[in-house]
Amino acid sequence: MNTNSVDWAAVKADFPVLQRIIDDQRLVYLDSANTSQKPHAVIDAMAEFMRNGYSPISRSAYRLAAEATDLFEAARAKIQKFINAPHVEEIIFTKNATEALNLIAQTWGRENLHTGDIVVLTHMEHHANIVPWQMLAAERNLEIRWIPLTSDGQLDLTNLSSLLTGAKVLSFTAMSNVLGTLTPVAQLCQAAHAAGALAIVDACQYVPHNVTDVQAWGADFAWFSSHKMIGPSGVGVLWGRRELLHAMPPFLGGGNMIGDVRLDGFTCAELPSKFEAGTPAIVEVIGLGAAVDYLSKIGMANVRQHEMNLTDYALRTLDERYGTDICIHGPRDIAVRGAVLSFAFRGIHPHDLSQVLDQKNVCIRAGHHCAKPLMKLLGANATARASFYLYNDESDADALADALDSASDIFGL
Amino acid sequence: MPGLEDLYREIILDHYRTPRNRGELETPPAHMAEGHNPLCGDEITIYAQVENGILTDIKVSGQGCSISQSSASMMSQAVKGKSLAEVQALVHRFKVMMSIAEDPEDGPLVEVKLGDLEALQGVVKFPVRIKCAVLSWNTLLQALQEADS
Repeated sequence: MNTNSVDWAAVKADFPVLQRIIDDQRLVYLDSANTSQKPHAVIDAMAEFMRNGYSPISRSAYRLAAEATDLFEAARAKIQKFINAPHVEEIIFTKNATEALNLIAQTWGRENLHTGDIVVLTHMEHHANIVPWQMLAAERNLEIRWIPLTSDGQLDLTNLSSLLTGAKVLSFTAMSNVLGTLTPVAQLCQAAHAAGALAIVDACQYVPHNVTDVQAWGADFAWFSSHKMIGPSGVGVLWGRRELLHAMPPFLGGGNMIGDVRLDGFTCAELPSKFEAGTPAIVEVIGLGAAVDYLSKIGMANVRQHEMNLTDYALRTLDERYGTDICIHGPRDIAVRGAVLSFAFRGIHPHDLSQVLDQKNVCIRAGHHCAKPLMKLLGANATARASFYLYNDESDADALADALDSASDIFGL
Repeated sequence: MPGLEDLYREIILDHYRTPRNRGELETPPAHMAEGHNPLCGDEITIYAQVENGILTDIKVSGQGCSISQSSASMMSQAVKGKSLAEVQALVHRFKVMMSIAEDPEDGPLVEVKLGDLEALQGVVKFPVRIKCAVLSWNTLLQALQEADS
């Protein structure tokens, strides 16, 4: 199926909030890199389960519970297929993506990283891929090294091999949430392995927008969130190679994660339960399963193509309208960027910009995007960020461009 | 929905475009505090010179949105030369106006006037921006605590 065969107007119509009218204006939602909107299919799957199917999973014999368990485990299998993971038990559901990386740092990290060991990150990481390592570094006296950026916002890999020398971990994003930059994931995984380091991929911005194949990447771990891929909030996904997950100590202790509990100790359950202590987000995981179905039906190659077309259109429109008055960060080549546009406009502070755009029902993010080290490199405390998804179209890019005009009016520029 | 004219009053934009008391003071003798707005990354630094219980000089540096910058500018004008008791009273009055004082009735007894600062009362209609308006005030309090200790 090529992207021409997708009815993108029908896709947009599947997302009820986008039909909402506020002050006689339609909603123009350009904050999907933050969190995405939900289609009827996801909302209905969750509501239907709560109305007619709700029950505990994994631990009761009655039919209702068996059905619920099947739905829950079917969602796991859908995720496995969606990212081409080799084994279904490698898919671990967490509270959110942040918890997934914390799980890696606190289990694999504490087991394997000791004084003087080296963790390599990049200058474009989200705080979720910085702070858990800094916490562990403070406890274990680790060294953190940083892969720098080129002037157009790509990773500068000139000194990659020396940065990786002696490293135990390379943990990096597949796509920057600020710059939109797509990184060469397979190349980085290969370089990490050549240096004897693990490759951990922050796939939060990547999985919702691209065909994902963790085996083609050659990664050891990847982690992402449901809420950015039209699923509900409350669920994150950790994928890890089975051998690694087997060897890791458990994370949270409690029900479901145990094999046996005696007065003198416990044994762990098999994967994936070992890392899923307590009652999981049952409804939300089932919702995520519906989100994967929805995205799979459209096809992620089509989603990517749609977003490339839209990014190209938005870049051209903003350039034509505003020229040097707008500074869009990140690479210009849409082959190496996703549909995330961070920008500075006529010296107007991003907070003020987003406030003015809100009057036109244009929703953008203003702030540091949980990437303060990167902001410092960009020489800004904050940027404005417009991000597009499968339900956006050219009229949304036009609405953004029009709304910027009104900001100029207010600030007299 | 409240209109933007409630937020971006002319006097606010004036202070944003031409901020008063910008700069730094030598520390010591001045006291310095840095404030961060974790929401948007705005950073503000307040330098406060205190002599015999009087805030004799104040300077503001840092980056931020029109609301945080104009609030800092107006604040610097309003508190300069005031006694610390008056400054505390003004901070309290301002926080009451921003609907964030813990107990509006429980303020200092010194009488103060908000003057130009009243232009910022429209911010209350935009709750997300209250933190922007209050950032410099909390930072001033920190600098004064520094002076106190």
